[in-house]
Amino acid sequence: MKLRKNKLGDYGLLLTFIAICIFVSIMTPKFLLPQNIRNIMVQVSINALIATGMSFVILTGGIDIGVGSVAALSGIVVTAICKNFPEASIFLYICIGLLVSFIVGTVCGGFNALMITKFNVHPFIATLGMLSIARGLAFFYTGSKPIFGLPDSFGWVGQGYIGPVPVLIIIMILVLAIAHIFLDKTISGRYVYAVGSNEEVAKLNGVNVHQVKFMVYIFSGILSALAGVCLASKLISGQPAAATGYELTAIAAVVMGGISMSGGKGKIRNTIMGLLTIGVINNGMSLMRVSSYLQTIAMGFIILAAVAIDQYNIKK
Amino acid sequence: MIQNTLIEIRNISKSFPGVKALDNVTLDIYSGEVHVIIGENGAGKSTLIKIISGVYQNDSGELRLKGKLIHFTNPKQAIKAGISVIHQELSLVPDLTVADNIFLGRELIKGKFLEKREMNQRTQEILTSLDLDINPEEKIRNLSTAKKQMVEIARSVSWNSSLVIMDEPTSSLAKHEVDSLFRIIRKLKSENVGIIYISHRLQEIPEIGDKVTVLRDGVLIKTLPVNETNEGKLVSLMVGRQINNYYHRENKKIGKIILKVESITRKSHFKDISFYLREGEILGIAGLIGAGRTELLRSIFGADKIESGSIFLNGKLTDFNHPSQAIHNKIGLVPEERRDQGLLLDKSMRENVALPSLNIHAKKGFVDKLWEIKASEEYKKKLQVKTPSIEVILKSLSGGNQQKVIIARWLAADSKILLLDEPTRGIDVNAKAEIYHLMNDFTKSGGSILMVSSELLEILGIADRIIVMREGMITGILDHKEASEEKIMTLAALDE
Repeated sequence: MKLRKNKLGDYGLLLTFIAICIFVSIMTPKFLLPQNIRNIMVQVSINALIATGMSFVILTGGIDIGVGSVAALSGIVVTAICKNFPEASIFLYICIGLLVSFIVGTVCGGFNALMITKFNVHPFIATLGMLSIARGLAFFYTGSKPIFGLPDSFGWVGQGYIGPVPVLIIIMILVLAIAHIFLDKTISGRYVYAVGSNEEVAKLNGVNVHQVKFMVYIFSGILSALAGVCLASKLISGQPAAATGYELTAIAAVVMGGISMSGGKGKIRNTIMGLLTIGVINNGMSLMRVSSYLQTIAMGFIILAAVAIDQYNIKK
Repeated sequence: MIQNTLIEIRNISKSFPGVKALDNVTLDIYSGEVHVIIGENGAGKSTLIKIISGVYQNDSGELRLKGKLIHFTNPKQAIKAGISVIHQELSLVPDLTVADNIFLGRELIKGKFLEKREMNQRTQEILTSLDLDINPEEKIRNLSTAKKQMVEIARSVSWNSSLVIMDEPTSSLAKHEVDSLFRIIRKLKSENVGIIYISHRLQEIPEIGDKVTVLRDGVLIKTLPVNETNEGKLVSLMVGRQINNYYHRENKKIGKIILKVESITRKSHFKDISFYLREGEILGIAGLIGAGRTELLRSIFGADKIESGSIFLNGKLTDFNHPSQAIHNKIGLVPEERRDQGLLLDKSMRENVALPSLNIHAKKGFVDKLWEIKASEEYKKKLQVKTPSIEVILKSLSGGNQQKVIIARWLAADSKILLLDEPTRGIDVNAKAEIYHLMNDFTKSGGSILMVSSELLEILGIADRIIVMREGMITGILDHKEASEEKIMTLAALDE
């Protein structure tokens, strides 16, 4: 089924997605219930934030495997701060959340970019370092103990609604829309594609390649940190082990969506398809009571298949 | 010393898409003799060597080694048959020792263990036989380039090569190292080894060569004993041919100085370069590969940094750290390798043409797509770029059209100075003529061009003045009226 993806271009993934939906709904009719659909979207929305940041980075030909750790760190930071404001309004929590996302994201992403540009560390290694450092900081600060004791209002972003729509889904849609417009219509977005297509050519056309790399790694950092804040709100707690493995899901979604690991090609809207496909597979497996360990194994295979097909297409 | 025919090359031809690299070449190489092969860039020397050494297969013709027909499908076979090559890019493993490298692939073993002592000893014997003062246990990375070359030769000897091919062996050697190299070559000769020696340094030929063959455009022009020729004769054999008159120099007004370069230096690339460029002028830069011309253009463009000296644009001192600054000052670069450095191959003509100009036509950070499309369509028409649409990706365009897209990009960016690096390389005749036409139009309306080219006729046909570079320095600046192929070649190849 996945092989058809690239032969038919964008439509391959759509067909795969529809095929999986049909399959799952036959196995468990519960799949099509409105609240299940909403559940899928909510699960997907946090991963979507990370996958959006990952899209930027992979478009330049790089990778960021520290995203899960940055999300966890940011979740710890925001809960630690908000614990000092137990009577605060939702608005204040939102402001703190945005500030934390911005600062934690910029510091982590900027550090990655510095390693990659100035010290010529391969992106995989640089962000691997961040994976350890950020996760380590989260555990160190909390002594491995989750941060509890936050009021229910803190959970509005992660569990609340605006009308019939969960807040998380609105955030996801906003982020995806902004990312799409940025990549598709702005000059900086064009520069991202140029750098991913051929760095030397981009440079000889006046693109400041280092600046572009700083930008994408900082974006990835901020979006991962934002995902971490949302997750902390959803759980109304700061979990140092949160978002473990989220980097794999993000990479799988991005690559399945057709953004090639070689950089320079692909669209955000296709990342959404990748996310939904993975979301449906996860949801389907849960509904069918597949053990969560088997789910992890399945996810591993899916990622391998997606990246292998991508590599095959690069060679072509 | 018996002179046997070692290699017989009979009617060898080889073509690549778009170019005939070797055309019916017939030649004999004798053992115990140094046979020098000379020719301009692209004459076919490297192709011939690669066929003899098994890297390429000839399309037609025959190759005989010691009378037996040979047909190598890979270099390993050639080595086994006794033919070895010492390339310009040395093929030694830097972190292994001299002995390791010499025995690489055919190590002496006892059971499962390496017989290191035996290998070191044998290596020492070979080195001594060549009078080389090199320690077999020394790591390659600690040796000088000259010594590395000696090790490569020692390796050929250890392979019992009957033919050793040397490609530009002296290009990075100092005088005394060249003397050592020649001493070894003479030793090999005395042991009946045949040597093919490729060099641009014509002055070395009388010192070391026995025979010399001149190639030009894939054709063997002449083979002569070295003592029957001189440098001047060789130069005219290398270049002389009928002038194609599709180069067209227009009468135009040449204005004031727009670019002035004073004593710029970039270590190990070019030194003390000074010249000026005027409005409406085409200034050609001639020279052999390795002369530093590409590096010069890149430094003017801000892609590499100069270490000393100054560049003045319209009288103002510039200090470009990045191409974006040169582009802002209306300079454009058409790089040497259009596929690797000039174009985003997986993107469309529109995206490629617009790239350096996006920020000028920006609307608050957003791309002005209307301008993009308008400019691309305009130049597609003006330059007659053959493509179904401006949205088709460039990978599928021909070389000539790809080159036009790069030029279109700088015209759309309103460039006043174009730096062209081999602008017509690998392009068919018609596209070439169109590009010359573009260059003339550009300069007629006041633009200036600095053009690197290895095609002498091209430079002579279209440039107003010609700079000649050799090994990083300017050896002469000629006006087109006083320039000739011989004069340029002499400045490009001979030591004063």
